[in-house]
Amino acid sequence: MIRMLIPLGVFLALVALLVASLQTGDERKVVQSPLVGKPVPQFSLPGLHDPDTITSRADLLGEPFILNVWGSWCWACRVEHPFVERLGREAPIDLIGFNWKDEREDALEWIGRFGDAWDRHVVDFKGKVAIDLGVYGAPETFLVDHEGIIRHKHVGPIDATVFADLMQRIMELEAQAQ
Amino acid sequence: MTPTRKKRLAIVALLVLGVGAAAAVAFTALNDNMLYFVSPTDVHAAAAPEDKQIRLGGLVAAGSVQRDPDSLSVRFTVTDGRHDVPVSFEGILPDLFREGQGVIAHGRLNQDGHFHANEVLARHDENYMPPEVMKSLESAGHPPEASKQ
Amino acid sequence: MSAELGQISLILALVLAALLSVLPLVGAQRGNEALMKLAPSLAIGQFVFLAGAFAALAVAFLRHDFTVSYVAMHSNLLLPWYYRLSAVWGSHEGSLLLWMLLLGGWMLAVAAFSRSVPRPFTARVLSVMGMISVGFLLFILFTSNPFERILPGPIDGRDLNPLLQDVGMIFHPPLLYMGYVGFAVAFAFAIAGLIGGKVERNWVRWSRPWTLAAWSFLTFGIALGSWWAYYELGWGGWWFWDPVENASFIPWLIGTALIHSQAVTEKRGAFPAWTVLLSIAAFSMSLLGTFLVRSGVLTSVHAFANDPERGLFILVFMGIVTGGALTLYALRAPRIMTGEGFDWVSRESALLLNNVFFTVSAAMVLLGTLYPLIIDFMGWGQISVGPPYFGAMFILLMTPVVLLVPLGPLTRWKRDGFMRVVRPLATAAIVSIVAALLVCAWLESWSLRAVTGWIGGFWLIGGAATFGLRTARASRSGLARHQWGMVLAHAGAGVFLIGAAMVEAHTFERDVRIAPGETVEAAGYRFTLHEVVEVKGPNWRADEARFSIHRGDREITRMAPQKRHYHRGGQTMTQVALKPGVFRDLYVAMGEELGESGAWSIRVHIKPFVRWIWGGAVLIGLGGLIAASDRRYRGKRKARESAPAAAEATA
Repeated sequence: MIRMLIPLGVFLALVALLVASLQTGDERKVVQSPLVGKPVPQFSLPGLHDPDTITSRADLLGEPFILNVWGSWCWACRVEHPFVERLGREAPIDLIGFNWKDEREDALEWIGRFGDAWDRHVVDFKGKVAIDLGVYGAPETFLVDHEGIIRHKHVGPIDATVFADLMQRIMELEAQAQ
Repeated sequence: MTPTRKKRLAIVALLVLGVGAAAAVAFTALNDNMLYFVSPTDVHAAAAPEDKQIRLGGLVAAGSVQRDPDSLSVRFTVTDGRHDVPVSFEGILPDLFREGQGVIAHGRLNQDGHFHANEVLARHDENYMPPEVMKSLESAGHPPEASKQ
Repeated sequence: MSAELGQISLILALVLAALLSVLPLVGAQRGNEALMKLAPSLAIGQFVFLAGAFAALAVAFLRHDFTVSYVAMHSNLLLPWYYRLSAVWGSHEGSLLLWMLLLGGWMLAVAAFSRSVPRPFTARVLSVMGMISVGFLLFILFTSNPFERILPGPIDGRDLNPLLQDVGMIFHPPLLYMGYVGFAVAFAFAIAGLIGGKVERNWVRWSRPWTLAAWSFLTFGIALGSWWAYYELGWGGWWFWDPVENASFIPWLIGTALIHSQAVTEKRGAFPAWTVLLSIAAFSMSLLGTFLVRSGVLTSVHAFANDPERGLFILVFMGIVTGGALTLYALRAPRIMTGEGFDWVSRESALLLNNVFFTVSAAMVLLGTLYPLIIDFMGWGQISVGPPYFGAMFILLMTPVVLLVPLGPLTRWKRDGFMRVVRPLATAAIVSIVAALLVCAWLESWSLRAVTGWIGGFWLIGGAATFGLRTARASRSGLARHQWGMVLAHAGAGVFLIGAAMVEAHTFERDVRIAPGETVEAAGYRFTLHEVVEVKGPNWRADEARFSIHRGDREITRMAPQKRHYHRGGQTMTQVALKPGVFRDLYVAMGEELGESGAWSIRVHIKPFVRWIWGGAVLIGLGGLIAASDRRYRGKRKARESAPAAAEATA
């Protein structure tokens, strides 16, 4: 009888190992965002509707803001768009659209079809600033405080839960700033 | 002891011996073939073993890829946002290799922190859909669990 | 509409599977004929609804229904219809649906072809498979629903991963899953045997053809996957010891042990508990493979989209299935009959050795695959295990197997004399060594790997031939199918060995820079690049390099590798140009354009005997299928003994 239990024991040990690994699986794979807690890197980028308007890091400092990375090629951005729109309406701080690796016409057409949710746009067609920002894919959403420090980063589309989480963090930021 | 029992005992003993030997060989071979995964930050903290085959993972820094037009030598920088490691490689880069994208290089580190790669793997495919994005996307229809950072 | 129909079909299939997992089992325990008789009808019903769900998804793909989010993510308007069809199983959700469809198919087959098996036993088998069905259907419906809608749908979908837009990818997953899922049948037979309490030797005989068939499909699936990786990934390798590959290889090794231990248990009644354990292990390893590939605990070059939540589900499911089975085993196995004793030199011993080597190999591969997890668990850092580990361990463990394989079939059951077994093989041994040396002299290849590969290969083929000839001479009716199958499979292993040894010993491999008009010399072949032109396909455009290949003064062939750029998603893919041959493959892949000079980096391989690898694997798989079709397993002889059963069997 005892002998017959050996396979079960081996198997349970295996399951224990796998359960433990499951929890750390993400850490093994994701290039961790090292920028949380660090200042937003220097940049100056053109606008979307008006290529001549240049927005730089200095222009955004002083108030907290949300930076939302998107692209017209990005399928998941369509999924999160209703929540991005809600962010634009409900969040008391600026929502910056960071258009990434896109074409201007495509991006404008996309906004025409699905709606412009952002308070302000910057475009990074070459993707150089995105690398400094540590953008890993689109969509991504950064929360930056009034000193220009990245306080939070969400990878992937915003859904109801993420939205609630973001709103709460924004409220906390606002409370701290006052 | 009956002859059958004796035989059974002998079989069990042989099995234990064989499996034990195999396990010993296996662990030796495993330790010889372990590839440590290091980040550029580890390299800078001198936490990466030198002159030992390792795997370096990070993003290919923008604008860092330099190709020699007359040979197959390529140089680029792998970064994790904090630190950079210069990498040199001779050969053909994978299709999914791009600036700003994830990459894993197999190779050795020399004393001055330069990494010589003998194999370069692109980390994920080019459709800008890293696994986490995919995951959250697919769970978009369900009430997802509290999102992790 | 079709997506909703598919969803409803899946739910109905789940209901039937739930009924199937309970009613016939209760019937079998209580001796209630009516409940037991429900089993085949429920299995048929379940299959019909699974087929309906599968068809619904296929229709959504063919009609470009991008409101179905799975379709939107894995297809687009430009994708040809055959790839739209194969895109059904191109990613996680759909491939699970395929998995379920095949499980349903196996259940249907068990229901249809088990007339000679006592009804309570079939009822239990189908019930156990019904339970597995329930688990997978819940998995699909709750974590991986392929029918989910996204409204409003996009105008066009993303593309199917270009790597999967390939004929190899159309057939590789179905074959592989046929194998994985087929082991569920062997599992169910073993569990049914344990539940039944009175474990008979018969269940092994009933289970054998199913196990053989499943194992054959798995062999084909793995071989096809290896072939696909060879020409599609552009690396020129045929096996990478990648976690995903290992995930399919571990069940194969266990399965190989299982088909051999089943032979002993059926014929002699020996190792019954071991056979049960292997039956459980083969399917459990299939589940483990699924877990490893889809949960994201291991990083692999070609992994599915990863999801820890799904991983947890599979893990829990595996815990229930395997944990339950092993508990049942611990409770019931002591009651299992024990076989008669045997001598040191006997067929039983030979097959025992086979089992030891194959299970230990499986354990080695499993250990290497999971070692990064163990190290991480201990907090010793992040590592991966290099392919040399697997290569070294495998050669170490398989060398004795190659030496012993020809002896096994010639050995008698129970007791034999060593010299009696070895003597008939003396010819084969001498012939194989002499022939190997002659071949090597002719090929001028004196590397240790090549010489041992040829000797081992000829030894396996010669051993199989010796057995075949002797058996044919001894019996008037010639070889039975199961013997043919074995001869073919063992000879196939020899062919495989020669191919693998030659490729590993003599592959010529070079990355070079080449400009139009230039010539590269490679192992006696001259590759001349004439021009690089742009060509267009349905959903891609490509740079195509035009080569002509000369040997001596003669032009052998022209080759045109491509670098494809897919429109959607902007993915780039290397399209290898291959000139296959029985004795060597020429292989050219494009790297990238170097500067403005028009020069390209290219990869040139000459792969001797590489086709023999897959040829051998196909022979092995065919051997399995031929053995599975042996009349002996179909119970006709038994049916003739009892008239009513015979009437039913011929009906």
